[in-house]
Amino acid sequence: MSGDGTAKVYALHAAVIALLLALNFALPEYHHAVLARVLVLAVFAMGYNMLFGYAGLLSLGHAMFFATGLYGAGLPLYHLGWGVPAAFASGLAAGLVVSAGIGLLALRTSGVAFMIVTMMFAQVFYLVTLYFGEWTRGDEGLVLQQQARQVAFGETTLDLTNPTTRYLLAVALFAIVLFATLAVVRSRHGRVLVAIRENEERTRMLGYDTFTNKLAAVVTSGVICAAAGAAYALLFGYVGSTFASVQYSILPLLWVLLGGAATTLGPLIGTLFMYYVIDIASGYTSAYMLVVGVVLILLVLYFRKGVLGTVRERWVRWLP
Amino acid sequence: MTPLLVVRNLSRQFGGLRAVDGVDFSLMPGEIRAVIGPNGAGKTTFVSLVCGRYAPSAGKIVFDGEDITDMPAHLRVRRGIAYTFQITSVFANLSVYDNVALPVQRTLTDGRSRGAVRQGVMEALERVGLDARANVPAGALAYGHQRLLEVAMGLALKPRLLILDEPTQGLSDSEIEGFITLVRDIARDATVLLIEHNMQVVMALAHRITVLNAGRILAEGTPPEIRSNAAVQEAYLGTVREAGA
Repeated sequence: MSGDGTAKVYALHAAVIALLLALNFALPEYHHAVLARVLVLAVFAMGYNMLFGYAGLLSLGHAMFFATGLYGAGLPLYHLGWGVPAAFASGLAAGLVVSAGIGLLALRTSGVAFMIVTMMFAQVFYLVTLYFGEWTRGDEGLVLQQQARQVAFGETTLDLTNPTTRYLLAVALFAIVLFATLAVVRSRHGRVLVAIRENEERTRMLGYDTFTNKLAAVVTSGVICAAAGAAYALLFGYVGSTFASVQYSILPLLWVLLGGAATTLGPLIGTLFMYYVIDIASGYTSAYMLVVGVVLILLVLYFRKGVLGTVRERWVRWLP
Repeated sequence: MTPLLVVRNLSRQFGGLRAVDGVDFSLMPGEIRAVIGPNGAGKTTFVSLVCGRYAPSAGKIVFDGEDITDMPAHLRVRRGIAYTFQITSVFANLSVYDNVALPVQRTLTDGRSRGAVRQGVMEALERVGLDARANVPAGALAYGHQRLLEVAMGLALKPRLLILDEPTQGLSDSEIEGFITLVRDIARDATVLLIEHNMQVVMALAHRITVLNAGRILAEGTPPEIRSNAAVQEAYLGTVREAGA
């Protein structure tokens, strides 16, 4: 953070984006579709990492923020016939409002109580999506039709169901969030967040309003996760309660832990890795969760700080 | 000259224990004041009330003419009250540089450039003699150096009142010599409130000494006055001599 290696850091991140763009032309159809999905989920993980990795706040309720974006974009598109850009903006706005509200309440607690409070709020949110089944269709969910998922730019029409369009939009969102995260963590606010993670009392006694800084982190994190949810609804055309369930609060935590908490690229690696482990294992056995479990144990044993966290610790100290 | 800090009837209870009990206290600008007293006398609680880590049960605190009794700690820091912790609490996983960059970047209101932060950090580190170790993780420093880093973080806040809570605890004799010089240097542009057990340090630095015992002020005066005060000798100096023997 002291300004050394800035060029290296940006070059590395630009190279990752370039690689993802090149893969658009190189990947076979199946893996192309998988990677588009993984990229959107990695945005979700990056949002989670913002709060958990940098500010050190362990939330078990982030499915709520993802689903807020999902429903915030999906419902007006489905029921009110909103266009894609308006629906996406609505998803972001919903994420902003919900995360600010939840942040104000949940940040009155800390540690284990914070985990429980966020989890409870997320459960309430999940039950609400079921309760209003008339509009959400609960677990069954809503399928957003192809004609609703098109954006007209003058003469040309962007069809979000087209695999290439979908992939490139996923890369675009990923790139924007990646560089935004990088900017935040290298900023003064980012340094304060890390300080709060390391020792909140000390940070307060250096004259920082730790509550406001944590609230800002919750909102940044919530909006990023909502952006992922909104993009998921629009790109893959499905909006269902499953995404609000507790499983989707645990998954981003696992992805981030796997890839390396408080690393900018860790969430992508963690999400990609986990997705393929499940994908490959479920091809061989119905007990694929057992394989996932073994992999997790091995990682905890040999890569305690996640893949990139360990790489940074042992070899590449300048990794952000 | 008006006092920088005035405390009236300040009290703090923990359950049935009156840790600080009706203390009246004032501090003139530019002073080095030592607060001494036996263990459990309420010294750390007293300064924690001043810097806002604890809220008082009763009483009033006025800093530079402003009532700060109900002000949150982080705003008191911005008014110029800096506290260095008794138990070293530097950010062990961050570099020495980043530890000091946190207070420096907070006091910079204008400069958004990294250059301004770097300059402020290196100035603070040079004053305590840690500038050569800027890139070392703070947790890897020797204990005495961590104490100095703690002071550098306090200095970087550009305080008007610097509260040092047992700064020389665990330092070697040669480190203590350097520390006395450092505090004299700091006192040229800040008021210093020093909690200290080491009587050699107290006698060398303090303009005035306040003796706390069981939450109350037992005596206050210049070092020679305190040295010759019978009540103080009974309550405090005797126990130190035993402990130091």
